Amino acid sequence: MTADLADGMAVQRGLPAPFAGWFAQRGWAPHRHQIEMVEAAHAGQSALLIAPTGGGKTLAGFLPSLIQLWEGAPSGLHTLYISPLKALAVDIHRNLEAPIAEMGLPIRAETRTGDTPHAKRQRQRARPPHILLTTPESLALLISYSDAPDLFKSLSCVVIDELHALAGTKRGELLALGLARIASLAPNCRRVALSATVARPDALRAWLSKTGRDNPDAVRQIVGREGARARVSILDSRERLPWSGHMAVHALAEVYREICRHGTTIVFVNTRAQAEIVFHNLWRLNEQNLAIGLHHGSLAVEQRRKIEAAMAAGRLRAVVATSSLDLGIDWAAVDLVVQIGAPKGASRLIQRIGRANHRIDEPSQALLVPANRFEVLECRAALDAVRQNTLDGDPPRPGGLDVLAQHVMGTACAGPFDADALYREVVTAAPYADLERKDFDDVVEFVATGGYALGAYERWRRLSRDENGRYKVAAPHFVRRYRMNIGTIVEAVTLKVKLMRGPILGEIEEYFVQGLVPGDTFIFAGELLSYQGLRETMVEVTRAKGETEPKVPAYEGGRLPLTTHLAERVRALLADQRQWGGLPLPVERWLRLQEHFSVLPPERGLLIETFPRGNKEFLVAYCFEGRNAHQTLGMLLTRRMERAGLRPLGFVATDYVIAIWSLRPVRDFDDLFDQDMLGDDLEAWMAESSLLKRTFRNVAVIAGLIERRHPGEEKTGRQMTFNSDLIYDVLRKHDANHILLRATRADAASDLVDLRRLSGMLARIKGWIRHQRLDRISPLAIPILLEIGRESVAGSAIDDLIEEAAEELMAEATGSPSAPELPL
Amino acid sequence: MTSTLRVNGVDLVAEASGALIWPEAATIVVADLHLEKGSAMARRGTLLPPYDSRATLDRLEDAIARTRARRVICLGDSFHDGDAPERLDAVEVARLVRLTRLVEWIWIIGNHDARPGGRTRDTARQAVPRAWGGRAEAVVTFGALTFRHEADRQAGPGEVSGHFHPKAAIATRARRITGRCFATDGRRLILPAFGAYAGGLDVLDPAISDLFERGFHAYLIGRATVRAFPSARLSPVW
Repeated sequence: MTADLADGMAVQRGLPAPFAGWFAQRGWAPHRHQIEMVEAAHAGQSALLIAPTGGGKTLAGFLPSLIQLWEGAPSGLHTLYISPLKALAVDIHRNLEAPIAEMGLPIRAETRTGDTPHAKRQRQRARPPHILLTTPESLALLISYSDAPDLFKSLSCVVIDELHALAGTKRGELLALGLARIASLAPNCRRVALSATVARPDALRAWLSKTGRDNPDAVRQIVGREGARARVSILDSRERLPWSGHMAVHALAEVYREICRHGTTIVFVNTRAQAEIVFHNLWRLNEQNLAIGLHHGSLAVEQRRKIEAAMAAGRLRAVVATSSLDLGIDWAAVDLVVQIGAPKGASRLIQRIGRANHRIDEPSQALLVPANRFEVLECRAALDAVRQNTLDGDPPRPGGLDVLAQHVMGTACAGPFDADALYREVVTAAPYADLERKDFDDVVEFVATGGYALGAYERWRRLSRDENGRYKVAAPHFVRRYRMNIGTIVEAVTLKVKLMRGPILGEIEEYFVQGLVPGDTFIFAGELLSYQGLRETMVEVTRAKGETEPKVPAYEGGRLPLTTHLAERVRALLADQRQWGGLPLPVERWLRLQEHFSVLPPERGLLIETFPRGNKEFLVAYCFEGRNAHQTLGMLLTRRMERAGLRPLGFVATDYVIAIWSLRPVRDFDDLFDQDMLGDDLEAWMAESSLLKRTFRNVAVIAGLIERRHPGEEKTGRQMTFNSDLIYDVLRKHDANHILLRATRADAASDLVDLRRLSGMLARIKGWIRHQRLDRISPLAIPILLEIGRESVAGSAIDDLIEEAAEELMAEATGSPSAPELPL
Repeated sequence: MTSTLRVNGVDLVAEASGALIWPEAATIVVADLHLEKGSAMARRGTLLPPYDSRATLDRLEDAIARTRARRVICLGDSFHDGDAPERLDAVEVARLVRLTRLVEWIWIIGNHDARPGGRTRDTARQAVPRAWGGRAEAVVTFGALTFRHEADRQAGPGEVSGHFHPKAAIATRARRITGRCFATDGRRLILPAFGAYAGGLDVLDPAISDLFERGFHAYLIGRATVRAFPSARLSPVW
């Protein structure tokens, strides 16, 4: 008998007979953390369970509720389970039915999502099940009904699954507000959260607590047993290691051999474009005709479900997947996880590795496949991070005011509210714990009248005051409208891709289609397609013939920047030659050459190299702050160089490096990188940036200023974009401090522009800039220069530059300022 | 930034603001102001920022001052709906009245529209209170140019109109650019909407493009520039 099993037998005595019997029947011993969860329930405490995938985590979450319900709970809703994914809720429901049936428990468990039929949803409100499994959006909807107090008053426990994936997002903020509401309706309700291992459990405890502040007495933290250590290695490719690029095509033959050697493999990639390319190339190599599937967020839902079902049934040998498979459904037996390209973050890598083998005692197997030389360094750093179990963790950001606006409207939909009471309730949600009363009042005023400095809309108020001064919805159509627009996910503008005289294959982003002309080929849904044209908002394609060179979807989606934690590790690795021994030989040689011809980037300061090349002056800065921060930096630096008369011509940014080329050389680097660029220059740039317009659109939709869709009228995303741009321009000019602009700036600063990282870097390097003047390109600068021209459709921050370029093109296209007059 | 064009032998300037300048006649022409569209939306529950009329009049005032125009022609749909004049803020009304006193002001109205001061359902868009100044005309002709709200298929050369809110898109190597546009074949000219919240219709839509039998040029408004493109070079707007 192993020590663990003996341990299990001992704690098993803490379980009621049918439950102990059920465990014994299956030959299982309850894990210690499962018992601890039961104890927490006895003590009436909330609980945060941090455990790797596979340790019976879900059962641990439900076990206390099952026991209480078996002991006999009053009728009505007892436990609410919330999952970030619809599919996960359905899957968990299935797993939950097994113990309920096998023990013959008198428990009714049901799911409720956007897919649940109307009649069933009606019945669930009238006659609720004991356990309801749902999503944050469906919960928000439930809370907006006037019968919410009746529904939730009996609630005894809320279980939040994959909390690490929800906390820190807008969906998480909406959920936190919803839970604050529930705490008012059911004051004795406990909260239970399940999470993967995270760097900052204190933030999750605070999130879970009913005060919004970390309090170890109120939230008991339970740590699941560590699984067996994963066996992770970096592919030591025999092929020539590329200088740049992210597709790792060079190594796919070796990846294919690994797939052949293992039972089932998940091949994780970072972007959908990578998914398409990798899938396409694996099939070219697929001599044995293995069943290899493709899974990413742009594919049609039916196709994704088909792949998931095939995977669950063990009919696939491999699936190429993006983060669409990061979470959720338990695949019974995955033998190997392959990560193509650098993992970008240690936590993410650990999460992905955890997808292999959900049997906790067997080590997961994972293989990292770097696509270029810099990625070798990043993979190495990530591997060390996994071995030492250090994780990425940024402090949580304050909750969005747009999300709060949605919640305020939802609260009013359920019935009149008192502003003071609602404020007291809202600040018990961790993301809003520090919310100022003034901001809260502004949000309420926005919901009521639009909150404009020019108080023009008194007579078209959405909220009016009743005799007690409480806010109530002014007309029933506002309630309908709210329910049609619930949620915080605002999709990018996408267009459906349809085979001519065939099915819809999925959706791609509008901007990608903008770059296509009829006849262009691209890979999508694993097929080489030829673009035929647009019919209304449908992209019509045919299957392309022959071996033409495809134009690959260059999705923005899924392009996560390198985390700060990993960036620090890469810098440290570069600076410490003792660590180079473990690197592949070409990479080690590359670093030695760099040391010989230039210098290596220091761990603390900033290395800047300058050199002439083809009549231009190049500046390469080794910042290691991630692509988003670098793109913002590029905008600001070129702006400043423009003013100094240095005639900058362009820039390119990767996760590691930024390169700028100009007609004249930079002389004063301290001045160029001075922190004051985050003042006026940033303000001026942000104000014009189309980035902010997009952010504003999301904020405006979430806050309920503009609709996703009208009852009976589907609005296309395109029209929404157009309208919100006009609104943004007008609002910025005439009401610059409006609450939605404040929310937009806050979002842009935290989500998109990565300003915090940028300002951190500028502070760190002050006085520590090392300038190396060279007469030619350095070895370390080769990858970034190869990126020039490759990024034809690039990320968000540089589209201002593209716009300027396009305006020049317009001039070029016409040749003269005016078109010739046509003959009359 | 502007672009010059010629209609029926008359030299005109297309401004990035969306206004058309006729320097020789010291005249400025704008179409489809759609004043108070914001409050019209608010009435239906979408509480858009109530600054669209102010923003539109700001730009119009600026264009008048910049070009020292002595005459302003508004090509119809100046107000978003029949009640719009009642909703217009007193400050903006005062500003409008000051402008109509400053220069010769012509409110063009459509064939179907009520005369100023009158109110009929759904045709009252152009109904401007008499006290606000300016004179209302269905059609007005100065020199070689004739101004009306909506293009008339039978019209001879030199017709200038609005109504359609034309927009155009061009594909560049980098991305597609979409914006409001002027459209002309040298015989007739259609202006973009000037109103801050006015949407648009693809200039390639047959409702507009059929008016130009032998093709046309779209003067696309960029961020700060206006550039001409032959209709054959345009991409669909969506």
